[in-house]
Amino acid sequence: MANDAFKLMITVRKAPHGSIYVQEAIEVMFIMASFDMDLSIVFLDDGVYALKQGQNTKELGIKGFSASLAALADWDVKNVYVDGDSLTQRNITPEQLVSVGEDEETGQPLHPRVLTTDELRVLMHQQDSILSS
Amino acid sequence: MQVKNASILNLVAGNGNILRNQSGVVMKITILLLESPYNHQSADSAYHFIQAAIRKGHEITGVFLYNDGVINATALMDPPQDDRHIASRWSELGARGIDIVACIAAGKRRGIIDSVLVPNVRISGLGQLASMIRKSDRLVTFGD
Amino acid sequence: MLHTVNKSPFDTHDLHNCARFVDAGDVLLLLEDGVYAAQAGTVQSHLVADMISRCAVYALQADLAARGISDLIPGVALADYDKFVDLVEQHKVQAWL
Repeated sequence: MANDAFKLMITVRKAPHGSIYVQEAIEVMFIMASFDMDLSIVFLDDGVYALKQGQNTKELGIKGFSASLAALADWDVKNVYVDGDSLTQRNITPEQLVSVGEDEETGQPLHPRVLTTDELRVLMHQQDSILSS
Repeated sequence: MQVKNASILNLVAGNGNILRNQSGVVMKITILLLESPYNHQSADSAYHFIQAAIRKGHEITGVFLYNDGVINATALMDPPQDDRHIASRWSELGARGIDIVACIAAGKRRGIIDSVLVPNVRISGLGQLASMIRKSDRLVTFGD
Repeated sequence: MLHTVNKSPFDTHDLHNCARFVDAGDVLLLLEDGVYAAQAGTVQSHLVADMISRCAVYALQADLAARGISDLIPGVALADYDKFVDLVEQHKVQAWL
């Protein structure tokens, strides 16, 4: 993608299931990815809970979004980041996170990329717009 | 961003009563509103911000209602007479030429469909939000 | 960048979480219940006091008035909605909802 493409970041900061914010944020991601933009997704604060493996909403009678998360890369949502400090605070290791698609060439599962606070701060300040969810 | 253009300002402000903003540029601003009226303050904050932005000569590219924000668009609300009527506020801004859009997918979940809309508000998809953002210098999100 | 925080620091960690992403030249605007963070002499006042050394801090006047808050932490500036618009004109926005 061209370097001068519009840079849009979507931040996910709320815990899943207790409210609909994460679910509807994922719906926004799919649409934004279909536009010609340099899209970055950032899970931070309680938003990192959305990425934890082993979640099952069946008993709640809620469809959940694990299938959508697993298909992000297939729908051109390529740049998925997670805040390392938010993981550490919650005793979550990067190995416990779901995959967000498969590598086009190797077929290997893709995982959210863990960033430091400094890296995230820089990325945030490079954006043309930030969509908070 | 563009240099001030009288015809655009008149279209947006409607009343010709414009205060000059300091830098002399018109910012194109998209407003994203994520919460329902009354339950949270976000619809009020967004409204007051938009009023000030118009007064200062800026252009509101659009107001996109998402999550419970779509409930702002229902004509079925009927608050006490001495309270503000939040749906009417959006309808009035729509009448002044501002594009007020409730998300179709979020709306269907919450019973916000064409037949319950206040005038001058429309329903469309998230693609509208994408194109508003692309056309704007700023995105300002109000929610909780 | 303009960071907006609209929650009470007694209720959520949003202001605390926002603080580590604030860069030199950034601005913090407290609005809605976020303005409780601007009040002097509370057990949460240190959050804003610490940020004032790193960035400009504004509190929305209408929200302070609505809540009857007048004893502000030194260095917190008042903003009306016109000033809010000016800040948006000068900065991209991250809303810490």
